[in-house]
Amino acid sequence: MSYDRAITVFSPDGHLFQVEYAMEAVRRGSTAVGVRGSDCVVLAVERRALAKLQDPRTIRKIVTVDDRCTLAFAGLTADARVLLQKTRVEAQTYRLTCEDAPSMEYLARFIARTQQKYTQRGGVRPFGIATLLAGFSDPEHGEGEGKPVLYQTDPAGTHSSWKAQVIGGRNSKSLREFLEKGYEDGMKEKEAVKLAVQALLEVVDSGAKNMEVCVIRRNETITMEEKDLDEVVKEIESEAEEGKKGGATAASGDE
Amino acid sequence: LDFSEHSPDSQVSTRPSNSFVIMDSLLGFVGGDFAILAADANAARSILVFKQDEDKIVPLSKKMAMAASGAQGDRVQFSEYIQKNIVLNELRAGFPMSCVATANFVRHEIASNLRRKPYNVNCLLGGFEAAKGGCLYYVDYFGTMHKMNFACHGHCAAFCLSLFDRHWKPNMTLDEGKELMKKCFTELKVRYLLNMPKFVVKVVDANGVHEIDLAAE
Repeated sequence: MSYDRAITVFSPDGHLFQVEYAMEAVRRGSTAVGVRGSDCVVLAVERRALAKLQDPRTIRKIVTVDDRCTLAFAGLTADARVLLQKTRVEAQTYRLTCEDAPSMEYLARFIARTQQKYTQRGGVRPFGIATLLAGFSDPEHGEGEGKPVLYQTDPAGTHSSWKAQVIGGRNSKSLREFLEKGYEDGMKEKEAVKLAVQALLEVVDSGAKNMEVCVIRRNETITMEEKDLDEVVKEIESEAEEGKKGGATAASGDE
Repeated sequence: LDFSEHSPDSQVSTRPSNSFVIMDSLLGFVGGDFAILAADANAARSILVFKQDEDKIVPLSKKMAMAASGAQGDRVQFSEYIQKNIVLNELRAGFPMSCVATANFVRHEIASNLRRKPYNVNCLLGGFEAAKGGCLYYVDYFGTMHKMNFACHGHCAAFCLSLFDRHWKPNMTLDEGKELMKKCFTELKVRYLLNMPKFVVKVVDANGVHEIDLAAE
């Protein structure tokens, strides 16, 4: 008896196969890396080679949910578009009813809740995407400013906060280990961008045109220009070269 | 004024009623590189004034602002609803809505709700686009919309439209615009029965929507 027909059915050993197949769809998507610094969040996504006749401006993998929250996804683009629409409407509805912007945690919870709903109904399939949400949290009691946060959601409908995370692509496990090795608390923007790009370089061909990097600062979100990105890539590669050549102890070292 | 009529014909639903007189005053006109909107700052009901610093002009986007008049419940609900939807549209499309699209969106909302649950709100939409210059749209609670050079809502129309007729000219500078607005306020202060000590004045130009203080000048 096949247990992957309808998602409402558990298999005897407790699997929801449709959800797991959805996660496989995420693995087929292009890689997205998120790194949380001390005063910013960096989102870096792999830009797969486009068809020559295609307009690159219409392919966007890092999108704005509202003026405080930025989202990167991995998996089925069409599913992402639908989920993104729902989230945008939810963000504005929250503003309309509560006269206040929704917190990052609220939006992450909303996306996760929506993804979970589609795993527990008949006749629908789960969203085949995982998302990385980047923004700043609301200030806690007694503190003046919020802190940068990075949330991840997956097709099962779970959401959690991460210091650095990677979704999509076949090598996400090894990339996560790479991030664990390279991550330090309290990184400034430059170091956070470098770590994110380094992680991405493990899976993409070298060059700024194969990646898109967004830096989410407290008051603005910027997309890095190609020439700035090229410089970061050059710096990483020259350090790697030095590491290979001599007994250079520093070196960002990629293994 | 009359309460809403209950028509014997079941197909025609009630018109929006002005069971309470709309006592808000809205004025607006277009200049060479701006649009200017003014709304009285009184929040009142019958003979009682609740507050005299109510802001009735909401910015909808970088290009447009909407001054609304009517009972406070409807007015605030409608303005915020429109504002959030304009923002949503901009996020969805990736670029801001044009002024004419925004005005038509507002008109559509009022018109489609007219024979269901009508919004008892009059508004003036002032906007500026670099390519087309300043614009002003007059929308009333029936869903009438007209693109105009100058317009008023409320009793102040009886006093100020004639001033606009006499003094408005195309391509005014902001200073000339401010002078014209001050003339209107003076006229209202002298000739209008209701006391409106403060007006909120907002200008929409190439730099977006900002408030100006005419009393200080």
